[in-house]
Amino acid sequence: MAEQRQYEVGLHPDLPPPASTTGAIGWVRANLISSPVNTLFTVFAIYLVYTMIPPMLDWLIFDAAWVGDDNSVCKNETGGPIAAACWPFIKVWITPFMFGRYPESELWRIKITYGLFGIALLALLIPQIPFKKWFALFLLLPFPIICFYMYVGGSFGLMYVETNLWGGLFLTLVIAITGIVASLPIGIILALGRRSNMPVVKAICVAFIELWRGVPLISILFMSSVMFPLFMPEGVNFDKLLRALVGVTLFSSAYMAEVVRGGLQAIPKGQYEGAKALGLNFGKMMYFIVMPQALKLVIPGIVNTFIGLFKDTTLVGVIGLLDFLAMIQAGSSNPKWLGYLTTGFAFAALVYWCFCFGMSQYSQHLERKLHTGH
Amino acid sequence: MSETNVGADDLHHPTKTMSVSDEVVIEINSMHKWYGSFHVLKDINLKVSHGERIVVCGPSGSGKSTAIRCINRLEEHQKGQIIVNGIELTNDLKKIDEIRREVGMCFQHFNLFPHLSILENLVLAPMWVRNIPRNEAVETAMKYLERVKIPEQAAKYPGQLSGGQQQRVAIARSLCMNPKIMLFDEPTSALDPEMIKEVLDVMIELAEEGMTMICVTHEMGFAKTVANRVIFMDEGEIIEENEPNQFFDNPQHERTQLFLSQILAH
Ligand SMILES: Nc1ncnc2c1ncn2[C@@H]1O[C@H](COP(=O)(O)OP(=O)(O)O)[C@@H](O)[C@H]1O
Ligand SMILES: [Mg+2]
Repeated sequence: MAEQRQYEVGLHPDLPPPASTTGAIGWVRANLISSPVNTLFTVFAIYLVYTMIPPMLDWLIFDAAWVGDDNSVCKNETGGPIAAACWPFIKVWITPFMFGRYPESELWRIKITYGLFGIALLALLIPQIPFKKWFALFLLLPFPIICFYMYVGGSFGLMYVETNLWGGLFLTLVIAITGIVASLPIGIILALGRRSNMPVVKAICVAFIELWRGVPLISILFMSSVMFPLFMPEGVNFDKLLRALVGVTLFSSAYMAEVVRGGLQAIPKGQYEGAKALGLNFGKMMYFIVMPQALKLVIPGIVNTFIGLFKDTTLVGVIGLLDFLAMIQAGSSNPKWLGYLTTGFAFAALVYWCFCFGMSQYSQHLERKLHTGH
Repeated sequence: MSETNVGADDLHHPTKTMSVSDEVVIEINSMHKWYGSFHVLKDINLKVSHGERIVVCGPSGSGKSTAIRCINRLEEHQKGQIIVNGIELTNDLKKIDEIRREVGMCFQHFNLFPHLSILENLVLAPMWVRNIPRNEAVETAMKYLERVKIPEQAAKYPGQLSGGQQQRVAIARSLCMNPKIMLFDEPTSALDPEMIKEVLDVMIELAEEGMTMICVTHEMGFAKTVANRVIFMDEGEIIEENEPNQFFDNPQHERTQLFLSQILAH
């Protein structure tokens, strides 16, 4: 049954879509109750939220102890620990959690580098601030050197601080950031090597990648701290932290290499040919044409590896390095604070989550920014 | 392009009267190529003089692409000799780079760099291969973008342009390197019909300026307008080679006749 035409041919205006397909009602319809199965899932999800969230909030917030400077506020009538979070535990131990046993008089050295890092990072993230290139260059080149001299000391009139005093979140960040910054270039080189036409180069890279990828990180760390010194001549002694850094970096480089190789494989042959036909040599072709596209494609995989690496740093606890998590365990094994490990873990989870979620958000921002419509 | 109608007197057409010098810029002597045990190119011989415009045609899979890609070493030949601009192609990477600087190439699928803006696509090679300062490279790039009639697209990305525009950008990108020789591998066969003309117009203009060109194409109108010679390839061999009027009106070899009857049937 044809309705009467309301407009002349060619003069039909743009009409808004029907109300039932837009707005809140449209959204609920399309996303929550679009089919019987979907409706079932929605009901189930609401039930789960209802049973889990209130007890969690009670434990974390409403029943938790919030104020106080000792363990007395976290005890129940019988003198045992309360069945909820004990936040004063974190408050009392915050300095060791953040910096390990780093001498308290020298903490300013770390804090200054945090400040520098924060300023440079903000400058990079806020679009209105100019000279981005210089801030990035600062973070990449002089900053690690400044950090090294600040943390280790022993020169420029700074007190020498042994690395076995380093600890807490500070140590975690040192290991994670070194690993992240070093594993990307090493991974790229390994990925290129694995795709090389030269059999020897290729074999070395394949062997390296498969070796490191095939061994659990924890055994690499054990090897580095227990076995490695046995192979060394008497008296030669590498720093334990340095060995862990090398282990973590090479381990994640192997993963990174495979992620990057995946990106390289996705670049069409035409891109290589276009570049070669213009006279770009291998290095320039890789640097200007292939790598930017390949790396952009695998940003999710790269950030995935970074996040994995960040959390894997907790394994350095097994070789006696007191990273963030190890410091929390140390704190809760103090006789005065027995029984508050769960609070410590909740705090650790929150901190790790913030860092990892931040990385994830930044990667998504980067993907959107680099999208050029193809 | 009012003068490019192909008529009886197209010997008087400007492109046909362009001087072709005696200087040989490409010389291919008994060149063979194999893919594994598959003999793709068999005894190819070709001499191209400065300013000459050659159209290569032939059925799909006959080795046309492979042949012209050997000229800038995108493919490696296994026997025979290729001399480009006085330099013989060998495994010497320096010489390969030297030749590629002088030989521009446009592909069927454009092969623009999708992560770079149009302008960056154009200035990249001049800046990093020829070491031309950026402002000079930008100036040249804008000049060529104007010549291919899309200067307003400079800030866009390849993915935002139509196929015809992308191919014109690709031509401009090659020209920015100021090449002596241009190779075209079916530059219009991936384009929608209404975009073919805009690309051919640019190529005709280029021919009128005396560029040495080798074009793999099935655009017979283009071949008649600009070519000095048409080469027909089949199964890896050059079957026939002639001046365009003779080639189209009076093909000698039966395979050429069959091929022409097939493409002209449309
Ligand atoms: N990389 C390759 N490996 C093996 N065979 C190839 C390769 N490239 C092309 N060929 C084959 O070589 C022949 C010639 O290809 P090509 O030069 O692309 O032909 P045309 O451009 O004339 O259509 C075809 O039979 C094709 O299948
Ligand atoms: Mg082809």
